[in-house]
Amino acid sequence: MSEMIVVQDHPLDNIIRKDRMPHIWCPGCGIGIVMRAYATAIQETGIPLDQHVVVSGIGCTGRVAGYMDIDSYHSTHGRALPFATGIKLGNPDLTVTVISGDGDLASIGGNHLIHAARRNIDLKVICVNNFNYGMTGGQVGPTTPTGAFGTTAPYGNPELPFNLPFLLAASGANYVSRWTTMHIREMKKEFLYTYSKPGFTFTEIISPCPIGFGKSNNIDTGLEEMELYRRRCELVRPGELPLDDLDINLIEDKPIYVGRFVDRDNPPFSPAKPKEEK
Amino acid sequence: MSNRRVLTGNHFMNGDIATAEGAMAARIGFFAGYPITPSTEVAERLARRMPEVGDTFIQMEDELASMAAIIGGSLAGKRSMTATSGPGISLMMENLGLAAMMEAPCVVVNIQRGGPSTGLPTLAGQSDIMQARWGSHGDYRIIAYSPWSPQEAFDLTVLSFNMADRYRVPTLLLADEVIGHMVERVVIPEESEIEHWERKKPTKPPNGRFKPFEALDDDLVPPIAHAGEGYKVHFTGLTHDERGYPDMTPDTHQKLVTRLVEKIRVNADDIIRTEDYQLDDAKIVLISFGCTARSARRAVRDAREQGIPVGLLRMISIWPFPKKIIKELASNADTFIVAEMNLGQMSREVERHVSQPVVGVNHAGGEMISPEKILKAIKEVAGDV
Amino acid sequence: MRTEIRFSGFGGQGVVLMGYIMGNALALHEALECVMTQAYGPEARGGASSSNIVVSKEPIDYPFVQEPDILVALSQEAYTKFRPTAKDGATIIIDNGLVDPSAEDNTHGIPATQFAEYLGRRIVTNVVMMGFVTAVTGIANRESVEKAIEATVKTKTIPLNLKAFAAGFDYALEKELAK
Repeated sequence: MSEMIVVQDHPLDNIIRKDRMPHIWCPGCGIGIVMRAYATAIQETGIPLDQHVVVSGIGCTGRVAGYMDIDSYHSTHGRALPFATGIKLGNPDLTVTVISGDGDLASIGGNHLIHAARRNIDLKVICVNNFNYGMTGGQVGPTTPTGAFGTTAPYGNPELPFNLPFLLAASGANYVSRWTTMHIREMKKEFLYTYSKPGFTFTEIISPCPIGFGKSNNIDTGLEEMELYRRRCELVRPGELPLDDLDINLIEDKPIYVGRFVDRDNPPFSPAKPKEEK
Repeated sequence: MSNRRVLTGNHFMNGDIATAEGAMAARIGFFAGYPITPSTEVAERLARRMPEVGDTFIQMEDELASMAAIIGGSLAGKRSMTATSGPGISLMMENLGLAAMMEAPCVVVNIQRGGPSTGLPTLAGQSDIMQARWGSHGDYRIIAYSPWSPQEAFDLTVLSFNMADRYRVPTLLLADEVIGHMVERVVIPEESEIEHWERKKPTKPPNGRFKPFEALDDDLVPPIAHAGEGYKVHFTGLTHDERGYPDMTPDTHQKLVTRLVEKIRVNADDIIRTEDYQLDDAKIVLISFGCTARSARRAVRDAREQGIPVGLLRMISIWPFPKKIIKELASNADTFIVAEMNLGQMSREVERHVSQPVVGVNHAGGEMISPEKILKAIKEVAGDV
Repeated sequence: MRTEIRFSGFGGQGVVLMGYIMGNALALHEALECVMTQAYGPEARGGASSSNIVVSKEPIDYPFVQEPDILVALSQEAYTKFRPTAKDGATIIIDNGLVDPSAEDNTHGIPATQFAEYLGRRIVTNVVMMGFVTAVTGIANRESVEKAIEATVKTKTIPLNLKAFAAGFDYALEKELAK
């Protein structure tokens, strides 16, 4: 038996609501890794923490807002983006991050997602994609690979999933990237980069959900899925691959492309102003 | 048009535009909406006017987004409003519940048209009365006012912002297409004469854990801190404790939801607005609101000329229901008549509070109920008395 | 005393603006109460459209025109559609260049469109008619309507509109139709 180490302090104590711990996430879940990368990144932005706001929707990832010790808002299912749009326009000095899941952002919130990207409004979106609705026990969603199993697809998912980077690029986002929870350093670095990038940024993080998704799809543990990322991820440089090749098929042995796919400087949304009288 | 926030002076404008100017006078800071007939002129007017004074107008992708956005705007510290009609208000019900739960002050304008569904896009209805009160799931309360003229649309929009801020509650301006589209004189007062009630704010600087849902005062309204003020607040649509933290237990739910409801009940006297016409000796009490109240007043005047002891209680506020006032009137009345452009929503509410017969004068919508139709009902009732 | 006025014509003739300007004059420049209503939606475009005002010394309860005391028709279709809605003994005013009234009808006519064309802009037909209506009915003072025009139309078009208004008004005087 090794000796138990009791840790009194955690480096993120000043930014995590300690009084809310322990969190609700399952063993092997990747959301905590994303939250940690986010928490570390925003402390390095140089923007005072009281000017950082986090908004989320509903779902496991939606709980991130409840654990961050900054101004934090847990809105309704799918509505994190329009809610965050209101905060950002209500006080443009704030730095507003939206952290939510693939089901929340791309299915019930799908219309808001494409329109927020079209406006290129200055919101920093982190989308944790675990290919299913985890909180409610593993139903299929907008990113579930064709043929994968879920509690609402007992014969395999008959539908095609979204290729999120392709969708977001077409919709108008200034920045689109994809990483996995194995890419801890890249994730933090890229989060940090988005805070210097005006306009709509979208970072997709592929994350294990061993209880909701893995168990029905022969990926038994979080670690096993991380191993799968290590084996199959291929880094792509901007423009190296057509965006419509960025599909993910987790259940077949195909590459998972990661990297920064879109990085452009279209003007971000700015509220209308009257024309100067001539 | 003008770079002035308040267009002091006499105008000839419709109810939609008067509503927009009421919002301007109330120092709206953020509007998010989706155009829909017959409320579109509210958005069109604000799209032009708000940028003139540096305020933010945005047209969202739908009504779900519009309602969510104004909650965000409100919690960032801006007086926020949206405007809609018909199917749009149905979509807003989702996040109206969120606004009630987060106690986010905001104003929701509903220029009622004939429903259900797409119904009568260009014609009036008053059939969202019960939806206004019960439309989102769960128990909560809102405040609703119903103007009977463009002037009152202006006045009640200002009042709606004040009530929303005082009680941290979504407040509805429940107008109708007749009022929204009819053009009449609107007198806009001097800027200094427009009342402006502030939100209750934290009394201490941000150290320790501020509780944005702790109501220590008799009015049951907790102070609010906005995003960026340093209080590290947490707001959620989940059942939450006084810190705002999710706490999905029956006890916390009971406490929170009861306060959301009680907050409006205990302050009802401050919120409710009614107007009496010829009620002193009335044996027949006519109740009406919005555009229908205009026909009701004429019917009462005509009936009085024929010696019928009838009076009008005009409901300016729709919710909370003026229970106390109705009960007082019931002590002297033989019969109640409720005139409304729906098939009996408010009369059902009146029936709950009086033992006398309640007669409805109704129309499903699309056409204002005429004074003659209400007079006929009064005469029929008087014949029976 | 409640007076009801209906302005009618085809889409594009500016009948809504006529109601608005007259209402503005009555509500803001005369000591009168006034409500204006109009039809909305696709049904209101094209075909015969109208705008309606109710005028009274007292607050106005029912805002809609039921039987107009004054009917103004700028097109044949509008005349045919709305003439039967007018009260017995109503004042009927038409653009007699465009409307051919029934033989027994007692109307007051002005070739308003022709006047407007003479002034160089057919678009001011409605304002020519406003001048004529103001003089024939005496419902509002000339100055009140002129003020309402100035407050409503684009600044650079004020002189043209006032000229159009005067043309209609003076035609009524000339024909000894003014009240």
